[in-house]
Amino acid sequence: MALSKEQARQTRFAYAMLTPGIILLIVFTFIPIVYGLPLAFTNYSAVDTTKWVGLKNFDRAFHDPDFWVSLKNSILYVIVVPVIQFLSILMAVLVNNKLRFVNFFRTAYFIPVVTSMTAAAIAWKWVFEEDGILNYFLEVAGIIDGPISFMSDMNLALYGVMCVTIWKGLGYYMMIYLAGLQSIPSELQEAAKIDGAGRWKVIWHITIPLLMPFVMLCSLLSVMGAIRVFDEIFVMHGPKGDPASATLTTSVYTYKISFQDYNFGYGAAVGLVVSLLIMVFTILLFRYTRRGGMNYYE
Amino acid sequence: MNSNSTSISVQSRVSTHRSYKKTRSWKKVMASILLYILLVIAALFCLGPFLWLLSTAFKTGENVYAFPPQFIPHPITFKNFIDVFDIMPLWKYIYNTVYMTGLGVGLNLLLCTITAYPLARIQFPGRNFIFYAIVSTMVLPNAAGMIVNFIIIQKLNLYNTMLGVVLPSAISVFNIFLLRQAFITIPNDMEHSARIDGAREFRIFFSIMLPMIRPAVATVVIFDFMAFWNSLIWPVIVFDDQDKYPLAPALQYLQGTLAYNFPYIAAGTIISIIPMIIIFLILQKQFINGMVGAVKM
Repeated sequence: MALSKEQARQTRFAYAMLTPGIILLIVFTFIPIVYGLPLAFTNYSAVDTTKWVGLKNFDRAFHDPDFWVSLKNSILYVIVVPVIQFLSILMAVLVNNKLRFVNFFRTAYFIPVVTSMTAAAIAWKWVFEEDGILNYFLEVAGIIDGPISFMSDMNLALYGVMCVTIWKGLGYYMMIYLAGLQSIPSELQEAAKIDGAGRWKVIWHITIPLLMPFVMLCSLLSVMGAIRVFDEIFVMHGPKGDPASATLTTSVYTYKISFQDYNFGYGAAVGLVVSLLIMVFTILLFRYTRRGGMNYYE
Repeated sequence: MNSNSTSISVQSRVSTHRSYKKTRSWKKVMASILLYILLVIAALFCLGPFLWLLSTAFKTGENVYAFPPQFIPHPITFKNFIDVFDIMPLWKYIYNTVYMTGLGVGLNLLLCTITAYPLARIQFPGRNFIFYAIVSTMVLPNAAGMIVNFIIIQKLNLYNTMLGVVLPSAISVFNIFLLRQAFITIPNDMEHSARIDGAREFRIFFSIMLPMIRPAVATVVIFDFMAFWNSLIWPVIVFDDQDKYPLAPALQYLQGTLAYNFPYIAAGTIISIIPMIIIFLILQKQFINGMVGAVKM
């Protein structure tokens, strides 16, 4: 069927509009997706001539202690997810009250979300100083005797970074949960109260189940964020994940391999593992929460 | 605020029993005091690190490590904010950040709207294929995206250039998706009446359709403004010269070399976040609705 003159004109117009965007998408989105996979099976780097090396990069990762440390740290990092959910739900419940100035507090909680992670990490590094304010508070409260080195203690450094990640995300997740709380029709809660349900019963049997889709969404977002964590570690502990790889996560390690050692093939291989890890966690999360509450909405 | 005060007055009128009302209102006052205490604690936690940084930035050298720490600096000095411009090329960094953010947001606005529009409003062969190809990139894993983009930037001779920083994120699939959804919801009548008036395709797009999707455009601008202004690692990778750095990479680089003189870093960091905070305070509704709404699509 031949196109009418009008249709031909419209098609020309459409493609003229699409062309610049499509070219950029092909160069910077499609090619990386397609080319990134085979790259993981080559030795592409700043020094060698590029050739196909099969599974050698993965074998190398398998015998690379830093890779295992980074993998362990990345998986450990997922413990920020439940903490974020718990605290941000609490904050959402707090700001869901009809109080004077409540909008001021909502705004205040959201400020860390919009500021740069660089600024946040610099501020937190200063809080964590050995003669810094956190140690002062802890000493005054009598919790510790001498200063703790949150930055250079191998066992604490990663948890310090987690604090920053949690702190930076709270306001954002709080807002999603607030939207969730406000989407629950108040008639449901009223009806339960009339039926004689106490406050906790209402929360347990009505609010929490109806909030589950939001918990699911926020958990998913924060799992992906946790496994990809980069900026806060880079600013606070550098590309090597100091001290002694204690804060080295897979994203940071991928960066170090690729852009410090210029070992692109190996970097792509480690990057692939990160992607697989995110996929595994996503699937687990979907499976796990499906039982919880998704079906309430279906 | 308004509906709030009326609901309270209605409630107090309803509860007529005197003593009942008294204990109840006392309980209510206690409950709201407790709520405010919790709200303030959470606010101190959320703003504390920045407030402490702000306090440090206003301190004179000998008070920075004072023990016990000074919460409110005494004496207050603006010297750090003035000297920091001599210590580091801060104006240059600010210029670089504004340039990068402006270019990034501008290109996104142009490219994403002209890509989304035909996918939403024009019937043409290949439309569905193109749309699904674009959307598929949202779910396909992009494991080595940064590495391949770096290789491409080098091959295009864009290493150590601003264009090399901005081009890979000059168009975003997420934005295209968001804008396409917005274009689709515009009723057909608008387009028809414009066509009857003799408007050509580009005019319909630019003068009729684009103004109709202002909320979606605002969301795109806010997202990209934040992403570019706060971006850290990609500029670090692409730029070889430190004086081409925008604020975030520059501060992360300098905090290592200037660690002995932290108040300067504190002042520089405060300066770097102020524009973002001001814009957020002015447009907070758009920010929050945009960021929360976007995940619910």
